[in-house]
Amino acid sequence: MNWLIGAVLFLILAPIAGGLIAGIDRKITARMQGRVGPPLLQPFYDVGKLFEKERAVVTTAQNFYVLAYLIFIALSGALFFAGGDLLLIVFAFTLAHVFLVLGAYAVHSPYSHIGAERELIQVMAYEPMIILAAVGFYMVSGSFYVTDIAATTVPAILYLPGVFLGFVVILTIKLRKSPFDISTSHHAHQEIVKGITTEFSGSTLAQVEIAHWYENVFLLGFVFLFFAWNPVIGIIAVAITYLAEIFVDNVTARARWQAAFKSGWLAAILGIVNLAILSYMMLGGA
Amino acid sequence: MVALSALAIGGASIYLLIRYAFEGTVYFAAPSSAIDLAMVAIELGLALFIIYMGAKFKNYLAIVLAVVQAALVVYLEMTFSGSLHAVNNLFIDQFSIIMALIIGIIGSLIAVYAVRYMETYHRHHPEVRDRQTFFFFVIFAFLAAMFGLVFSNNLLWLFFFWEITTISSFLLIGYSETEEATKNAFRALVMNLLGGVAFVVAIILLVATEPTSGGIELSRVLTSPDTAVILIPAVLIGFAGITKAALMPFSSWLLGAMVAPTPVSALLHSSTMVKAGVYILVRFSPVFAGTFAGFSIGLVGGVTFLVASAIAISQSDAKSVLAYSTIANLGLIAACAGVGTYMLVWAAILLIVFHAVAKALLFLGTGVIEQRTGSRNIEDMEGLIVRMPKMAVMMFIGIAGMFLAPFGMLISKWAAIEAFVQVPFGLIFIAILAYGSAVTLFFWAKWMGKLVTVTRNTERVEKGFFEESWAPLYIITGLVIAAVLLFPVISSMLIEPYVLAIYGVTALMEQANVAIMLLMMALLLVLPVSFLLFKRTARHLPAYMGGRPATPDLHFAGSLGLTREAQTRNYYLTEYFGEAKLFRPGAAVCIVLILASWILAGVAL
Repeated sequence: MNWLIGAVLFLILAPIAGGLIAGIDRKITARMQGRVGPPLLQPFYDVGKLFEKERAVVTTAQNFYVLAYLIFIALSGALFFAGGDLLLIVFAFTLAHVFLVLGAYAVHSPYSHIGAERELIQVMAYEPMIILAAVGFYMVSGSFYVTDIAATTVPAILYLPGVFLGFVVILTIKLRKSPFDISTSHHAHQEIVKGITTEFSGSTLAQVEIAHWYENVFLLGFVFLFFAWNPVIGIIAVAITYLAEIFVDNVTARARWQAAFKSGWLAAILGIVNLAILSYMMLGGA
Repeated sequence: MVALSALAIGGASIYLLIRYAFEGTVYFAAPSSAIDLAMVAIELGLALFIIYMGAKFKNYLAIVLAVVQAALVVYLEMTFSGSLHAVNNLFIDQFSIIMALIIGIIGSLIAVYAVRYMETYHRHHPEVRDRQTFFFFVIFAFLAAMFGLVFSNNLLWLFFFWEITTISSFLLIGYSETEEATKNAFRALVMNLLGGVAFVVAIILLVATEPTSGGIELSRVLTSPDTAVILIPAVLIGFAGITKAALMPFSSWLLGAMVAPTPVSALLHSSTMVKAGVYILVRFSPVFAGTFAGFSIGLVGGVTFLVASAIAISQSDAKSVLAYSTIANLGLIAACAGVGTYMLVWAAILLIVFHAVAKALLFLGTGVIEQRTGSRNIEDMEGLIVRMPKMAVMMFIGIAGMFLAPFGMLISKWAAIEAFVQVPFGLIFIAILAYGSAVTLFFWAKWMGKLVTVTRNTERVEKGFFEESWAPLYIITGLVIAAVLLFPVISSMLIEPYVLAIYGVTALMEQANVAIMLLMMALLLVLPVSFLLFKRTARHLPAYMGGRPATPDLHFAGSLGLTREAQTRNYYLTEYFGEAKLFRPGAAVCIVLILASWILAGVAL
């Protein structure tokens, strides 16, 4: 029944953890910019307020797609913390994003249309690397199951440094951080109109935000797998990785989509080289 | 008439399933000498027909190939007449049953659909000579040949049916008799004849080495202990499979086949023709397994998958996107078949099943949309959910079937990744699959996006369409969903026993994952209910147009008091994924790989 506990705990705790991470993120970002920053719980206040807004839509269908997005993000995260098959989790995760993109298409608005196209480019940019990361874990642990990967006594990071670096690059895309926050950004200075989320408001926008919290916790869990052989080091490594992402977010400006696309695919090449060396070692060494 | 025949064929395929599903491989002797003679006569007759057509349209390459092929057949009959009799001419096993179900159900549904389609087609194209009787004759001959092909144990018979499919597709592609149609029909003919020549050479080689190779009996060839001797014929037959399955560099014939009426495209892409190509590749994959030659054929498939998927991004014509996606998926099947471990064969058969169903639906859907709206450009499908809601939902399901979890194609890709991980040098295929899935996602998702865009002030144009045409569409849509729900049954009843019989081990999907897939499917089926929740009080606003006063149909107040219209268009990224940019390098790599497969097979001898 361990898997069920993992899934339920994720579904309940991830939004809280995700919101807190967002709060810390905003605080640190503010300090980097020489501001005091909002209170730690500000993200919760924001989302709470969104739920009280008037319901306004361009088309009713948009609510459907965003709800599906939230549900499938939560599902893929829950599968991850239940210890499921990493490839299946990646595919469920992709399905979720397709729903978000369809929501933006459905509203038939110029701004969200561009956002949707850019989101698709982002998905295309990160997809190869995320699949290769799953394959990398398989090569180290002999299983695609998160349970088995987390239980290995082998320090995966030592075998997969290239995969890790590649994954950190696409993590920037996934966390919607500069320079790759091309479809929508957390920062007002990056864009005047909010890309893919332009036409979402009120509770629908709140759902997008909550989905993003779920997603971030899931992604940090993914980073943790590289260090899973030692939980303490793992948690420290996750914290450092996230801090590095905040730092990069604050010292770079948004790049063009071409740059995001190429970076994602180059990161995957780094991953492939890493895996090629690894499989060569396993063929020859073992 | 057509509907009745279709019903009979579909019913017979299902009877086959019930009768033979649990019996393993069953052989039938079937008296042969008279039939053999008739087949040779028909083959020579067809060669004469090609020569006549080639002379009429001045296509001399076709004549040369037809002559070479006929000469080889005559040589074979003259020189080896003693060893051309198989003990068992026909057989049936689980893989044949799967193919028969695809041909019998999907193929006949397409034929039913074609009845109304062709009527409308001739109304829209008065300049095309009305040869519908001939058209349906060829379609049923085509289906019959496909049945013959998957049940033949005698390679000469198999080759006979192989050639019938080549001629059938030549006649169907050229149906409209325009210059372009004739040109493309000849292109298909020439490329497939090239494969046909390789096929005859393979048979001659097998017959010449009969004691060890097993001669013309497929079952003996596949289990021949002398793997080095049968590898060369296997690679040649594999080459024939590559031409028929339109892998690079032969992909252009399938793209050219778009000029034919849509039911023909649906047939070529889903249940016949190209499926014959991958059928033969999968049949021979136990021979390819573990050889460098087989690996090389697998790479032809892999490169085709990657390049064709990428080019699909740059296409805006719906049929062209579908064609490139077919080529890509056939490539993936060939990649699995060429490398040929038991898990990959399992994945390849799954791919054949799921691809046939979803692709048939998408082609038929595109045909309806084109006849209704007058365009098959994806940009013109914007707002289809408003204009043709039923059709849009069916297209949506079809596209989801092609690339999204938990639908079929994705299950197979997933299985392929898990299988390639365990193969030496499988990493190269993993990389191909990783990039290939990413580009696949891009071109399908943006098409889906166009379909679901809710446009305002547009008219519904769905009504008034002939009732009969909807039935095949509904049934195939149901099949796309049913294939996911029933896939554990299909796998355990048909695919696993087949793989087990050949390899002694079998692949299967783990229970927990099957459960999760079913859960996701259930969620997807339930989610639309949530629409009821949203109906209530929401205020409707026009889209944001840079703060200008705007209307819901994307008109906004421009400067000087003029009302202007905004339009949205998809990205095609031609600078990265253009046909001109990618086709030649892809084809060149594939040619090198095909040559490599021949050399490697020769070296192994």
